[in-house]
Amino acid sequence: MTSLRLRINGDDHEVDAPAHWTLLEVLRYRLGLTGSKQGCDKGDCGACTLLMDGVPVNSCLVLAATAVGKLVCTIEGLTPAHRARGGEGADPVQDAFVACGALQCGFCQPGMMLSARALLDQEGDPDEAQIRQALAGNLCRCTGYKQIYDAVQLAAETEAKP
Amino acid sequence: MSARDIHGPEAPWGEFVVVGKRNRKVDGMAMGTGAAVYADDILLPGMLHAKTLRSPHPHAKILSIDTSAAEALSGVHAVLTGKDLPTPYGVIPWTPDEHALALEKVRFLGDEVAAVAAVDEDTANEALTLIQVEYEILPFFLEPEEALANPEIMIHENDRGKGNVSKHVMLEFGSVDQALADAACVVEEDYSFHGTTHAAIEPHCAVASCSADGLLTLWSSTQITHYVHRALAAVLALDPAHIRVIQPFLGGAFGGKSDPFSLEFCVAALSRKTGRPVKMLWTREEVFYAHRGRHPMRMHYRSGTDRDGKLLGVDAKILIDGGAYSSFGLVTTYYAGQLLTGPYDFPTYRFDSTRVFTNKPPCGPKRGHGSVQPRFAFEVQLDELAEKLELDPIEIRRRNFQGEQTETVNGQRITSNGFMECLDAVEKASDWKNRYGQLEFGHGLGVAGSMYISGTNYPVYPNDMPQAGIQLKVDRSGLVTVFTGGNDIGQGSNTMTATVVAEELGLELSSIRVIAADTDLCPVDLGAYSSRVTFMVGNACIDAARKLRRQIVQAVAESWEVKESRVRMMAGKVFDLEDPKRSIPVREAFQIAEIKYDTLGATGSYNTPTLGGDYRGGTIGTAPAYSFTAHVAEVRVDTETGRILCEKVWIAHDCGRALNPTLVEGQMEGSAYMGLAEALLEDHNVDERGLHTGPSLLDYRIPTSVDTPELEALIIESVDPEGPYGAKEAGEGPLHPALPALANAIHNAVGIRIRHLPFTPGKVLAALEEISC
Repeated sequence: MTSLRLRINGDDHEVDAPAHWTLLEVLRYRLGLTGSKQGCDKGDCGACTLLMDGVPVNSCLVLAATAVGKLVCTIEGLTPAHRARGGEGADPVQDAFVACGALQCGFCQPGMMLSARALLDQEGDPDEAQIRQALAGNLCRCTGYKQIYDAVQLAAETEAKP
Repeated sequence: MSARDIHGPEAPWGEFVVVGKRNRKVDGMAMGTGAAVYADDILLPGMLHAKTLRSPHPHAKILSIDTSAAEALSGVHAVLTGKDLPTPYGVIPWTPDEHALALEKVRFLGDEVAAVAAVDEDTANEALTLIQVEYEILPFFLEPEEALANPEIMIHENDRGKGNVSKHVMLEFGSVDQALADAACVVEEDYSFHGTTHAAIEPHCAVASCSADGLLTLWSSTQITHYVHRALAAVLALDPAHIRVIQPFLGGAFGGKSDPFSLEFCVAALSRKTGRPVKMLWTREEVFYAHRGRHPMRMHYRSGTDRDGKLLGVDAKILIDGGAYSSFGLVTTYYAGQLLTGPYDFPTYRFDSTRVFTNKPPCGPKRGHGSVQPRFAFEVQLDELAEKLELDPIEIRRRNFQGEQTETVNGQRITSNGFMECLDAVEKASDWKNRYGQLEFGHGLGVAGSMYISGTNYPVYPNDMPQAGIQLKVDRSGLVTVFTGGNDIGQGSNTMTATVVAEELGLELSSIRVIAADTDLCPVDLGAYSSRVTFMVGNACIDAARKLRRQIVQAVAESWEVKESRVRMMAGKVFDLEDPKRSIPVREAFQIAEIKYDTLGATGSYNTPTLGGDYRGGTIGTAPAYSFTAHVAEVRVDTETGRILCEKVWIAHDCGRALNPTLVEGQMEGSAYMGLAEALLEDHNVDERGLHTGPSLLDYRIPTSVDTPELEALIIESVDPEGPYGAKEAGEGPLHPALPALANAIHNAVGIRIRHLPFTPGKVLAALEEISC
């Protein structure tokens, strides 16, 4: 067991976990943050994507110990962060995904939404090619991706409004 | 009303309020915020973790299993082998050839042999390495032809598996040989489908908890709660009244979570043995071996037309590679023939299909069960006929359209049929008339059509009870809770049930809660398969909601001393139509009705009408309604590299009525994407040892966002006379034409016919070479 101090969604957590555990395992099996999903456990599917210092990473490939000192944002952190900024409802990305039907089974989408969040934080008005590139590491088996592009574009429009 | 009564497709008030609107999914935000609980998100106090030992051989006798070292390992709480769960099962009651853990032999590399429950996954994995299994290796077959050629080496030692034949069906309607002898134009060719799998992003997972007084609760990523419930009771020899099966949120299924699976029995038995909750989560690799994906098929088709392109007969011979177990294979063998008989009319038809056991991961139902492969073969053949006859490929399809309110050659009743409108829609949207035949070499368009069942008339175990049941519970707050056994597997069935109930009761969607797929709480529904949920559960919702509405309206009318016809439930209120100023919130109306009728509630159900051909197997493939689809695909073929780039697919689908167009479009786009991937990228294959060639989401190439072409969904509403408000299925039918439309577009682009899937650059280059010689 190793003792880790992790900063997740704005809170510090002291966690004891086996030294070989990934960030995904610590989130899911120690902290009860089960929004990050495990689809392959080897970096192929992107369902476990979260933001580390604002950059999307596959948390199944991140040793928990290497996340010490980083700012980790999971799907559970999006709406509280949005509210902390004075927003209402959910984060515009989450809201747009629901509005556009982009969530079918919903399993890949926490990771997908964090990739989308990272894209919109970099590029406020992405075109479809940029969206496709940004989401290429997140496999979705339900949608055929079209409603996801619609959702990212809608979120961008929402955020562009004053 | 009895379950077989038809409600008709009309809106309850003349105009739809909730139906047909692009409403949000009722559970969308739970999924969107990470709050939704999937099977692997369940953590119970004291929970153990279980793992499965799998066979390293494709075919072997188990001589002995020694689990003593594993049991002695610190942290191990229980070990199971086949002897602990000796009762065979199978999702089809006539073919129970599976065991929770292999009993006497293993039949494919990956077959389950033993299971361990331990304090954590690492300990369970270590324990697996300590189990000693002595095998006697047997000859094995990876191709159906080999298995047929060696009947003395039986994969299943019983009458059913004689000669390694899992199922054989031969049906002939009219005299095909005579019709084809008289035909002006005949095409006869071989086609093949290679095999693909579902690859839902959520791996299979099950959690069991057995209370000290014997109540077993199983949470499982299943798409058919009811069949798991039945199978658990049989295999564990338990009273089903002491078993509760719950499907939590489910991360995709596509048919791959329809069978009862080894892990469900194992966690249940391990929890009973240890007195602790037990979870088993399969690895991605294990999911590939569990499979139940689309069957490889070798298909020989011979079809003929008269001079005008009118089909006279179709003759099919199909060899189906079933893998190691029966699964739904009996049905697959019928579906391979029975579901081809629309949207085109042909007066004579014969199919001869044989499903064969091989020592590979078992095949089963994948989106478009049994009919995607024959549809590919036939729609390519139809294109070949059009070419020989010098007919436009859309025109030959129009000329053979079977019409609506008709019967197919194999005796299936067709009600609504919007296939012609589907053809019109894709023709127009793709600018077919101006572009087909006018594009430069290397750039092409192709068309294909299809038909699919909207539910199946007969459940897998014969009974006369309703196929779908609904209970409604009314709260004094104005909330209505819908209890449904229907499994929401991402297709949106919870939203569909809420939509129908909200429409009938004049409520906002937010005033409806849906509790689904929990056998303790919900009336039986047969689950999410054969595209049955919208049609059957939707009708059951209408039935229940109308009963409840009658009570509310009667009570309010009595209280207001007006005729019932004046009382209307709408927008969360109850109005007097002749005195619009008089209205009460629905919660008050519920309370008035509760005073009159005591505690409020209603049940509703749906059962299928008696239909089907009067011959053995004539009920398989029978549906209360059929959906229809047409695709046009646009491709570019690089003749230097053989690379096929699908640029766009137009998908027109007759779903009867779109209860929620956003969800219908999602099903259409997702179907087309999945079908295209089967044609271009995916290959579920084993090597010469029976080892999967790419059991990962990297090597098994499901499309990423950059691989997926532009998709345009065009909804066609034929308004079925028996569907809920006229609705039919949308989840499976729209997949079918994806593969042949692409094949036909490749032919249009560069003149080659690829009849054997998948379409790889190598095959393109070889075919180009052939035509240039």
